Amino acid sequence: MNGIPGMIARRLIQLVPVMIVATFVVFSLVYLMPGDPAVTIAGDYATEERVEEIRRIYGFDRPMLVQYFAWLGNVAIGDLGRSLFSNESVLTLILARLPHTILLVVYALIVGALIGVPLGILAATRQGTTLDKVITSVASLGVAIPNFWLGIILVTMFSLNYRWFPATGATSFFEDPVKALYFATLPAIALSTGVVAVLARQVRSALLEVLGSQYIRTLRAKGLSSGAILWKHGLRNVAATMLTIAGLQVNRLFSSAVIVEAVFAIPGVGNLISYSALNKDFPVVQGVALVLVLVVILTNLLVDVLNSIFDPRVAATT
Amino acid sequence: MTDSTVTSMNTPNPATAAASGLPPPTRFSFWRWMWSDKRAMVSLAYIAVLVAAAVLAPFIAPYAPNQQDLMNMLAPPSTEHWLGTDDLGRDTLSRLMHGSYNALYAAGLAVGIGVIIGVPMGVFIGFVGGWVDEAGSRIIDGVLAFPPIVLAVAVTGALGIGLTNAMIAVGFAFAPVLARTMRAQTLVVKNALYVEAATGFGASRLHLIIRHIIPNAIQPVIVEITLMLAVALLAEAGLSFLSLGVQPPESSWGGMLARAYHYVEVAPEQMYAPGFAILFTALAFNTLGESIRVLLDPTVKKN
Repeated sequence: MNGIPGMIARRLIQLVPVMIVATFVVFSLVYLMPGDPAVTIAGDYATEERVEEIRRIYGFDRPMLVQYFAWLGNVAIGDLGRSLFSNESVLTLILARLPHTILLVVYALIVGALIGVPLGILAATRQGTTLDKVITSVASLGVAIPNFWLGIILVTMFSLNYRWFPATGATSFFEDPVKALYFATLPAIALSTGVVAVLARQVRSALLEVLGSQYIRTLRAKGLSSGAILWKHGLRNVAATMLTIAGLQVNRLFSSAVIVEAVFAIPGVGNLISYSALNKDFPVVQGVALVLVLVVILTNLLVDVLNSIFDPRVAATT
Repeated sequence: MTDSTVTSMNTPNPATAAASGLPPPTRFSFWRWMWSDKRAMVSLAYIAVLVAAAVLAPFIAPYAPNQQDLMNMLAPPSTEHWLGTDDLGRDTLSRLMHGSYNALYAAGLAVGIGVIIGVPMGVFIGFVGGWVDEAGSRIIDGVLAFPPIVLAVAVTGALGIGLTNAMIAVGFAFAPVLARTMRAQTLVVKNALYVEAATGFGASRLHLIIRHIIPNAIQPVIVEITLMLAVALLAEAGLSFLSLGVQPPESSWGGMLARAYHYVEVAPEQMYAPGFAILFTALAFNTLGESIRVLLDPTVKKN
């Protein structure tokens, strides 16, 4: 098969072993638990029947691979177990919180692009100047600054001092999108530093490469203005760079979101997993890890597909 | 590097150098490198001071890390407490110095685990090739999909809370990154002429791997390791901020920030010192990593 459908089909086939490895890692977390996992999962005040029930559900008496596939079967029908504390379905808990985290990550990507891309373009078009050096230094700071510390600083400045933004909390995007974005603005800025830095660097080097290439020189010789060259030809390549970086960064964004959510008390899955880890609510911890790794894998698939639509050469070579 | 190149570097031969049109090769000098790369010099000096502070903290810190000064809680910087005190009246400078030990230990542990798992795995699957490479690469892809902190939090949720558990998990998330680089390098090096020559002379596989493949493939990994130290440091700070890493009353930069944030309206200045400590240290590792990249591969231009 050729073209984009063929490429998607090949990607999906490649995805199967990756999914198996990722789900197996999440599954095997249960073996890290000290003592009898059934007793631990059942919680402190569980009856003997409850422990037996959990042993049966998880199948701790059966071989590991059998357990894995049994667990995978349950996962496939959306059964991720129940919270040890609230006894709520883990899937329900996660689905209620996931939109907050996804809003935060997507918003951070957009903020990162809005700041990072112009910085990259500025640096590339003024290569070697002081401005270029300043932007490069800012990019170095962007990957080294702890996101949650920046969050704390933003809260202190813009919420406690000026009261422009709420310090903590979140609103559902589906109920009130404007208010949800307003609440998510400071957290998204705090989270975006890595994207800003990487995009500024990559856009700069991608643009420099394009602007130095033969065909651009030809266009220049033909009398096309610098602005037209930049907008028509330079930035087309930037779009592909942005997409690839979005794919690479999504994993780091979810990583940092876990901590940034704590700073801003956002009721997302990041807060859910760290709270559950502190309280030894294993089924919830396992469920969040599973859902997030699947989200990352599917995002990367989406990026690959979009990339091949924008640039047919990608579909031909992968 | 193979033996022959090392000897030729020790005794530069002007004739061959002139013939190839390259400047005469010189032996690597640490001090010349430091002199020519000021950023590397500053970063390395900073890291050296930090290591010294971490190791010598029990002897040179002005106070014991958990010693409380109940008359001076959340105090601003003074001659008595250079960086002020926290909500329990503990000296911030002393806790910062003690915290640097945990930060460096955590970064070293995570990256060490990543190297121990990732490097041999990458060399192995790259060297053997075939289905082993195929299977290994899929495992790499699968583990690579995990956000490192999510994996670390998940492991502490199962194994129990603590710095060591969390950083082993971060190291586990690092391993596939190093394995991927090492595999790609091994694929390049194993087809090089000198490896073929060594095979022709009857070198064993183990000899090939230890004497030729690893020394020639490791360079990009050295750069990656340095950059990873910064990532691990940030992860430790974040996890300790969530109280999933270093446990109180032990001091860590992330934990100090958590307390400072709690009392930010009373003593906002307490949030600066630990934050800058994290930022500068991460910056130092990143800058050093970039400098090593330039040093090892002169075709990469600065910036």
